[in-house]
Amino acid sequence: MIYTKDLSKTYNGTTVLNIEELSIPKGQSFGLVGNNGAGKTTYFSLLLDLIKPSTGRITNNDVAVDASEDWKPFTSAFIDESFLIGYLTPEEYFYFIGDLRGQNKADVDALTSKFEDFFNGEIIGKKKYLRDLSKGNQKKAGIVAALIGNPEVIILDEPFANLDPTTQIRLKQILKDLAEKQGVTVMVSSHDLMHVTDVCERIVVLEKGNIVKDLETNPTTLKELEAHFASNLETSEEE
Amino acid sequence: MIKHFLNLEWKQYFRSSYWQKSIALNILLVLLGLYFVVMFLGLGFGLLFILKKALPDKDPFVVANSFMFFWFLGDSMMRFFLQKLPVMSVKPLLTLPIKRSTIVHFVLGKSALNFFNFLPLFAVIPFSIMLIRDGYAASAILPWMFAVIIVVLIINFLNFIIEAFSAEKDLSFLPLIIVAGTLFGLDYFNVLPMKSLVGDSLVAISNNPVYILIPLLLLAIFYMYNFKILKDKLFLDSSLKSKVTEVKAADLSWTKRFGDIAPFMQLDLKLIWRNKRTKSMTMLLFIGLLYGLFFYPQPMYRDMEFMFAFIGVFSTGFFLINFGQFIPAWDSGYYKMLMSQNIKYEQYLRSKFILMVMSVVILFVLGIPYVYFGWKILIAHFAAAIYNIGVNSHVILYGGSFNRKKIDLDKKAAFNYQGTGAVQWIIGFPLMLLPMGLFGLVNWLVGFEAAVALLIIMGVTGIVFHKKLMSFITKKYLDSKYKMINAFSQDN
Repeated sequence: MIYTKDLSKTYNGTTVLNIEELSIPKGQSFGLVGNNGAGKTTYFSLLLDLIKPSTGRITNNDVAVDASEDWKPFTSAFIDESFLIGYLTPEEYFYFIGDLRGQNKADVDALTSKFEDFFNGEIIGKKKYLRDLSKGNQKKAGIVAALIGNPEVIILDEPFANLDPTTQIRLKQILKDLAEKQGVTVMVSSHDLMHVTDVCERIVVLEKGNIVKDLETNPTTLKELEAHFASNLETSEEE
Repeated sequence: MIKHFLNLEWKQYFRSSYWQKSIALNILLVLLGLYFVVMFLGLGFGLLFILKKALPDKDPFVVANSFMFFWFLGDSMMRFFLQKLPVMSVKPLLTLPIKRSTIVHFVLGKSALNFFNFLPLFAVIPFSIMLIRDGYAASAILPWMFAVIIVVLIINFLNFIIEAFSAEKDLSFLPLIIVAGTLFGLDYFNVLPMKSLVGDSLVAISNNPVYILIPLLLLAIFYMYNFKILKDKLFLDSSLKSKVTEVKAADLSWTKRFGDIAPFMQLDLKLIWRNKRTKSMTMLLFIGLLYGLFFYPQPMYRDMEFMFAFIGVFSTGFFLINFGQFIPAWDSGYYKMLMSQNIKYEQYLRSKFILMVMSVVILFVLGIPYVYFGWKILIAHFAAAIYNIGVNSHVILYGGSFNRKKIDLDKKAAFNYQGTGAVQWIIGFPLMLLPMGLFGLVNWLVGFEAAVALLIIMGVTGIVFHKKLMSFITKKYLDSKYKMINAFSQDN
C-alpha cells in the first residue's frame, strides 16, 4: 500500500530522515517509535506532501504523493491541533470534512454516533467552538474527523498524548478494529512503547532519521524495545 | 534586564519569516515614513511664512496654537487605526524571575519610541526654531515645545487606554468616533470652543512655564493607568483562560446554490463572523461606504472627476482589499489540514473570489444614494465596481500567493493586536491609485465617457478571462505550497 524508496530529507546539509526502503502492506497497523528528532513527524509530513523530499519518494497505493494528488481521497490524517479549525464547533468541523470527502450529514452523523463512548459526552451537542475545548477533547475530535469518509490509510501522530487513560484504552480498541476488521492501513507514532506494542502488528524504530529496527510484534517486543532504548541511555552516558 | 528584552525584540524582529520575505514591503514602509518626515519638516519650516502671509494682522504663534486642537484630534484618530500596542510574547517570561512591573514598563517604554511620536518633532522643533529666530523669546517657546511633545505622548498613552477598552467590543472603533465627533461638534457649533480652549492653554504655558506641570501630571496619570491595566492583565490565567461563548449557528444552506464551493463559502462566512479580528473588519465596511461623504459635500472635490474613480474603488472595494490581501493567511491556522484534504485548490480560491465579488456588488448597491451628488458619481462608481470585480479581485488573489505571514485567529491574549497596522493600508494603495491615475489621465485627455469606458473595459476583460486567470493563479498557489505551509507553521 505504502512504499517508500530512497527517501531522504535534508535541511541545510543536515539529514533528518533517510529511509532506503520501507514497504507497508494494506491493512497493516504500523507503529513508528523513536526519540525526539528521530524523524517520525518528518516522515508523516512527507507522506502527506506537506514538505518536499530531498531525494526519493513515497508512493501511496501506486500514487506518487509529491507528483499527484490522487492519494488524498483515500488518505486521512491528524498530525496536531493545527488540523482543527478553531472557530467551528466539532459537529460543523465533522460536516466540513465530510463535505470535502463526499459524505453527507447523515453519513457523518452515523459515523460519529459510533464514537459516543469515545467522546464521553464532551464533544457533540455542547455548542462550544473547537478552540474552547481542552487539548484532550480537541485531540478526540481530530482523531474522529480523520476517520470520516472510509479512508484506506489513516495517519495519526502521537494519538495517545494528552488523552486520559480511559480514552487511551478506547482508542487502542478503535485502532485495532480498523486494521483487523476493516482492512485499513493505520500508521501511528508514539513515545509510549506499551501502547504501540498493544496496537501495532509491526513496529519500526527510527533513530536520527534511520531505520534501526523493524519488528513484528510478539509478546517479547515490548521487552526488546525497552532494552533498545535503555541501551541508548547507557551509550550516551559512556560518552 | 532591559538589555535582555532588547535582545529578544531584536531577534524576534529579524528572525521572523515575515521580515525575511517581505523586504520590499519594509522598504516601502521606510519610504512612506521618509515622505512624512519631509512633509513635516517642510511644514515646520514653512508654517511661519505661510501664516504671516495668509493672516498678516494676527500673531502667527497664536494662530498656530488655535489649530492644535484639530491636530491632536486627527492624531488620536490616526493612531487608533494605525498604531497598536507593541506585541511582546509574555507567557514564557512570566515564570522566570522577572518583576511583572519591569515587563510592563518595558512594553510601555517601547511604545513611546513609536514613529508616531517622533513625527511631530520634525514639525514642532523647526517651527520653534523659526519662531525664536523671528524674535519670539526662547524662554516662552521652549516650554511650549516641550508641552506639545508631552501632549503627543499623552495621546500615545491615551490611545492604548481607548484600545484596551474597545478591544472587548465588536464595534471597536465606535466609541472613539463618537468621542472625536462630539468634541469636533462641540467646537463646530460653538457649544464649547475646544479650538480656542486648547490654543489658549498652550499659549498660557508659553507665557507662564509653570503650567507645564499640568500636562506633565496628566502624562503621569495616563502612564500609571496604562501600567495598571497591563499589569492586571499580566497573569497567566488571563491569557490561558478561554472565554467560552455559546455558539450561535446561522442557517447557511443558501450557499448550496453555489454548488461544489458551498463548503468553503460556509467556512469563509463562519470565519468572518466568528472571529473578532474579521468581525471588526466587516464593521469597518460602513466607514468605507461613507468615505465619499468626506469629499462629495464639498464643491471643490465635485469638480475633480478623478477623485470619483478613487472613491469608487475604495468604497466598493473596501472589503475586497481588507479581506483579499490576507488570503490565504486567514486559513493559516489549519492550512496543513486543508493541504492534506481532498480539495481542489481552484474551488477554494473561487469561493474567496465569489465572496469578494458579492461584497463589491453589495457595497455598490448600498452606495447608490451617492447619486444625490450627481449622476456622474454614480456612473464612475459603477465603472469602479466593474474594475474591482474584473481586475482588483484577480490581482489581490494573485498577490495572496506571496503571503507568508500567519494570522493567529484563536489568540485572545492581552497583548495580541497582531497583523493590523500601517502595512495593511499600503498594500491597498496601488489597487486604488492605478485606476484613479488611468481614469484621471483619460478623463483629462479624452473625456469623462472615455474614462468610464476604459475602467469598464478593463473590468470586463478581467471577467471574460476569469477562468484563464484563475487557473494561472491556482498554479501560483500550488507552486508555493511548501513555502506557505512552512511559513504558516511558524509563530512570527
